[in-house]
Amino acid sequence: MTAPLTLRLPELVTGSRILAFGDHQPARVVTNDDLAREVDTNDEWIRSRVGIVERRIAGPEEGIVELAVQAGGKALAGSGLAPADIDLVIVATCSAETPMPSHAAMVAHRLGIQAPGAYDLNAACAGFCYALANADAAIRTGMARHVLVIGAEKMSQWIDWTDRSTCIIFADGAGAAVVGPASSPGVGPVVWGSDGAQADRIMIADRNSYIRQEGQAVFRWATSAIAPVALEACERAGVRPDELAAIVPHQANLRIIDAIARKVKAPGAVVAHDITHSGNTSGASIPLALSHMIERGDVPSGAPALLIGFGAGLAYAAQVIQIP
Amino acid sequence: MAVATEQQILDGLAEIIDDIVGIDKSEVTPEKNFIDDLDIDSLSMVEIAVAAQDQFGVEIPDDELRNLKTVNDVINFVQKLQQ
Repeated sequence: MTAPLTLRLPELVTGSRILAFGDHQPARVVTNDDLAREVDTNDEWIRSRVGIVERRIAGPEEGIVELAVQAGGKALAGSGLAPADIDLVIVATCSAETPMPSHAAMVAHRLGIQAPGAYDLNAACAGFCYALANADAAIRTGMARHVLVIGAEKMSQWIDWTDRSTCIIFADGAGAAVVGPASSPGVGPVVWGSDGAQADRIMIADRNSYIRQEGQAVFRWATSAIAPVALEACERAGVRPDELAAIVPHQANLRIIDAIARKVKAPGAVVAHDITHSGNTSGASIPLALSHMIERGDVPSGAPALLIGFGAGLAYAAQVIQIP
Repeated sequence: MAVATEQQILDGLAEIIDDIVGIDKSEVTPEKNFIDDLDIDSLSMVEIAVAAQDQFGVEIPDDELRNLKTVNDVINFVQKLQQ
């Protein structure tokens, strides 16, 4: 009689942490006045309703891979690691030009990362938080040692530039993080979920369509359902809201950001307002915002930040991380 | 949840409005129109509706929200559903 089969598994790793962030935005700035010349809108209305002053829009030669390579390269440089140290690349995006091949494999190749695991992940505006959760789990279970996580979006290619309800909101950009093993966990448990019953609230219906969203219904959902998810992420990470140094909600709309922050009640936290000059870059917005905050010295290294992703799906995810 | 009196709903609503849009509680009186008198826009109205839902246990869907033009409209709506 043979013994029951028991396969060997890698040793578990205690935790993971983010070693460095990187960001990249296209050079072209589009102001509210620029848009007001094309559609019936104006600067005051956009600022008061959405909170955007200007946004960045990529040119025809600058695709998602290019945006992701720039941001990923900066994060990699900041981490002090070599390309060979990375063994998994995840690109969170919901605005792909084409469904295959994955952006992740092309990005890895462009960065000189040899033969990593590579895949794209679509959880729309919650994509970065989902990807970070996967990176953390991969490191802790021994599937990967160092992971490059990138949120990269070219929303502009899915925008109807004659639709004033959407063209004022969305923008292009990328943010990246290098995640590695840590004896003291720096990525907290993810609280995530989705509600497919509301799938039609934000969608691109088919390959010939543009982004369409039910603004008021999404606003109601985001301002009511998301704060409890964020608070649960704090609870599960063992961090009190008053200990947070930063709150980085998906940069959907300044009013949603402030409504969520108000409910989290973190008096000591800097709240990301990156939307004002970056627009809504969907899955890129959280790492883009946090990377900008770190560059400006707005947030202290080592302190806890709360990341809160939410959007099409409807999908959502939140976790507390240690700022690198 | 206990049925709130007209004054309790007014006070609760005034507190919510102060919290969300920073309008002083004394400004919030029954005859005031949200848009014309208090300068509250439709997105803030959604936030106020969500907060009112938590406080009074009465759901105010977007379809209904459109018809609630004055402070008194909200008080009446909440009272009607609480009964």
